[in-house]
Amino acid sequence: MLIFEKGQKGRGSGILPACDVPVVMPGEKDKRETDLHLPEVSENDISRHYSELAGKAHGVNDGFYPLGSCTMKYNPKINEEIASLPGFTEIHPLQPKETVQGCLEVIKTTEQYLCEITGMDRMTFQPAAGAHGEFTGLLLIKAYHESRGDHKRTKIIIPDSAHGTNPASASMVGYTVLSVPSTGEGLVDLKALQAAVGEDTAGLMLTNPNTLGLFDKNIDIITKIVHEAGGLTYYDGANLNAVMGIVRPGDMGFDVMHVNLHKTFSTPHGGGGPGSGPVGCKKFLADFLPSDLFSEDFGDKDKETSIKSIGRVKSFYGNFLIVVRALTYISMLGSGGIPEASKHAVLHANYMMSQLRDIFTIPYEGNCMHEFVMSLSDLKKETGISALDIAKGLLDEGIHPPTMYFPLIVPEALMAEPTETEAKETIDRAVEVFHRLYERAKSNPEALHEAPASTPVTRLDEVGAARKPKLRYNFQDNGI
Amino acid sequence: MGSFVPTTEAERQSMLSAIGAEKIEDLFSQLPGEMLLDRGLELPEGMTEMEVRRKMEGMAGKNKKFTTLFRGAGAYRHYIPSIVKSVISKETFYTAYTPYQAEISQGILQSIFEFQTMICELTGMDASNASVYDGAVAAAEAVAMCRDRKKNKALVSAAIHPMVLETIRTYCFGSGMELVVIPEREGKTDLDFVKDKIDEQTACVYMQQPNYYGILEAAQELGRITHAAKAKYIMGVNPISLSIVKAPGEYGADIAVGEGQPLGLPLAFGGPYLGFMACTSELTRKLPGRIVGETVDARGKTGYVLTLQAREQHIRREKASSNICSNQALCALAAGVYMAAMGAEGLRQAALQSMSKAHYLAGELKKIGYPLVQEGEFFHEFVTSSGVETDIVMKALEEEGILGGYPLSGEREGQILWCCTEMNTKEEMDKVIAVLKEV
Repeated sequence: MLIFEKGQKGRGSGILPACDVPVVMPGEKDKRETDLHLPEVSENDISRHYSELAGKAHGVNDGFYPLGSCTMKYNPKINEEIASLPGFTEIHPLQPKETVQGCLEVIKTTEQYLCEITGMDRMTFQPAAGAHGEFTGLLLIKAYHESRGDHKRTKIIIPDSAHGTNPASASMVGYTVLSVPSTGEGLVDLKALQAAVGEDTAGLMLTNPNTLGLFDKNIDIITKIVHEAGGLTYYDGANLNAVMGIVRPGDMGFDVMHVNLHKTFSTPHGGGGPGSGPVGCKKFLADFLPSDLFSEDFGDKDKETSIKSIGRVKSFYGNFLIVVRALTYISMLGSGGIPEASKHAVLHANYMMSQLRDIFTIPYEGNCMHEFVMSLSDLKKETGISALDIAKGLLDEGIHPPTMYFPLIVPEALMAEPTETEAKETIDRAVEVFHRLYERAKSNPEALHEAPASTPVTRLDEVGAARKPKLRYNFQDNGI
Repeated sequence: MGSFVPTTEAERQSMLSAIGAEKIEDLFSQLPGEMLLDRGLELPEGMTEMEVRRKMEGMAGKNKKFTTLFRGAGAYRHYIPSIVKSVISKETFYTAYTPYQAEISQGILQSIFEFQTMICELTGMDASNASVYDGAVAAAEAVAMCRDRKKNKALVSAAIHPMVLETIRTYCFGSGMELVVIPEREGKTDLDFVKDKIDEQTACVYMQQPNYYGILEAAQELGRITHAAKAKYIMGVNPISLSIVKAPGEYGADIAVGEGQPLGLPLAFGGPYLGFMACTSELTRKLPGRIVGETVDARGKTGYVLTLQAREQHIRREKASSNICSNQALCALAAGVYMAAMGAEGLRQAALQSMSKAHYLAGELKKIGYPLVQEGEFFHEFVTSSGVETDIVMKALEEEGILGGYPLSGEREGQILWCCTEMNTKEEMDKVIAVLKEV
């Protein structure tokens, strides 16, 4: 039942005191005339409504969530408490500089820590999410080329295994996407890359380890090929959780990158956001970063510090409270704990992969990094059971399925990322469930086609939803 | 050192032997050796939870928390009912991700569907998305929505929030869309300029109501001019004002966007906030980001799914309407709870009180030599001149624990942008007057 269907006309909770000055209303020409329908409910109604909704959802707190490329690690509770301190939450973004020294220290310290982890020189915290970071990073690349009068660079090279955000971001900055294929080993095809680069190459976007969970061992050659053609290199930080303290994007030859604080640095995903996607770059690109928070004019005026700056990508300074959480996390793990997190993320993924090899095809040789991709093609051919069916079967077992049908180059793909914060017994149970579903696919495929059976709803009609979109509750139809 | 890795030494060994490796480092053997970091990370050593709390509380303590604020300029302090924090602190809500698996995400999907409904109600539009990063990005994305092969020009008012204008400018630099800034005349968008400059290549006109200076613009007329030239009309709005000021739908807007922070989100040094976007049904399929729709399950039961995904990056890649993936879902949830807790009447009270108090303060300021710079109807913000240097004014107020209005710069040097909400009492306002009389 929707919240609009609960409560009673005239119900509500008096929250505000009476007005203590004479009341002023907008004039006739600007006065709202349309009725405003909002819920008329008590606080108890609201509390129960959202408890009911929470009961019909699945978070990391409810169970295993091996959603590949999303790094659904545990979200420490201390992060939430620190981000709720009034000394952070009640600070106006346009207060004078001398009254926000604590906020500036948070950002400066986080910048310093993240630059050390990534091998970058400077960072901006304006981008609100990974995709927003990609957009910002590509703008830096564009601004760099234009500042040199190099206007013919219009193409961005992206491997076919890349996240969908990469090509979408490239389009937003007016670049044409050139897709390079992966080799049989799942790595960038060097010959194809060499053939793709040229005077029109603006840059390359790459995730390493890539979305197949493989570290591209040719990374130094790749970044060199792009640099020699005059292009710049962008690192998609979505998979940084695999390599912290082991190898740094800055040392791999990347010029600019984003970090997903909501993946790698344990800040919660919030049911879809807010995240935070700070963008780091090498010194030669620093002048192009969005307006500098630490400029002399901060808190008084909104002047840009550098005429080369790409400008703002967002109001104020980014999703600040997310940065607070990430700093809390990094401070807790420190120089020892950060690499340990990555090592265990990789250990857990390899262990889980080793336990599933007997039933699913692992399309690429060798160790994986923090995630791995399985192909269920053979199972589908044999039983008609698809990756989707197995995923839906997991729902009945209280496990969030791996990412489905991604990367696009692997048929019937399931991409699993267990993360370092899951215990061995959690992984073992998931492995056991996968085996059970595999057996069921062979013995009783019909039942699996109909999974899930125990969830609040069964499979939903997505085609119907898109054909005749109903995107809001209609009060008129319901006599309200 | 705090740690969230549960793995014991025995488990490590057992996992390694299952993999067929001797030590964890073996798992990284394919990495080129010369590239590996040959030293430890130069970070402080890990801390216990207690030590981290001390460190972070220390930083929070270096900020000055004003108990009285008369500053808005894009970030507004309204009362946040207790139920808001209670709901968004539910672990399931904040530890979930995008509801890709609808069967186990009905709670989150339904809350987004309810949010979309409330945004449509507020704005008077047909469809809303599930949120974008903030109001500035919502504005930039709205401008991008209107672009097509024949229409590559955006007319954007200079009287909007400067950071929103900056953000639109950045997005236009990216896409190659031409941006023409409509100058302001006496604190309002210059309609004659629009009449003169709008043409067949104009994709859209963007304005803000109330504008950056708090003034209510001739929004209806600007809409008529825009539509006469077959361009789309985008309005940036303050969601609280919409309970008493005309909705964008009433003014004839095609797209309504805005900063949702006033709907139950704390100031938080600028974020996370909430960008909302709503439009007419004609434009629904051009909206960026997630959209939730109602449908039925295999047994005919009502349920909710992410829909119209053919617009999105994970399906369309370089042809997507936007690259957005993560959004501000938890902030949208907070806004939904806020609107449920306030109800239409509570929201109206918040708006009326904000507007009334702003008018009271403006009247009192005028009496002591801080007159309005421009006449015209305003909502809860207004600009006055200052008889004294603004730095001195602000310092005097700060000594009393009051964050004064926002001192403007450039051509408006010496002017102050004041803001009132229902949080400001008459007593506080009288105190401001008393302090300024002494300056």
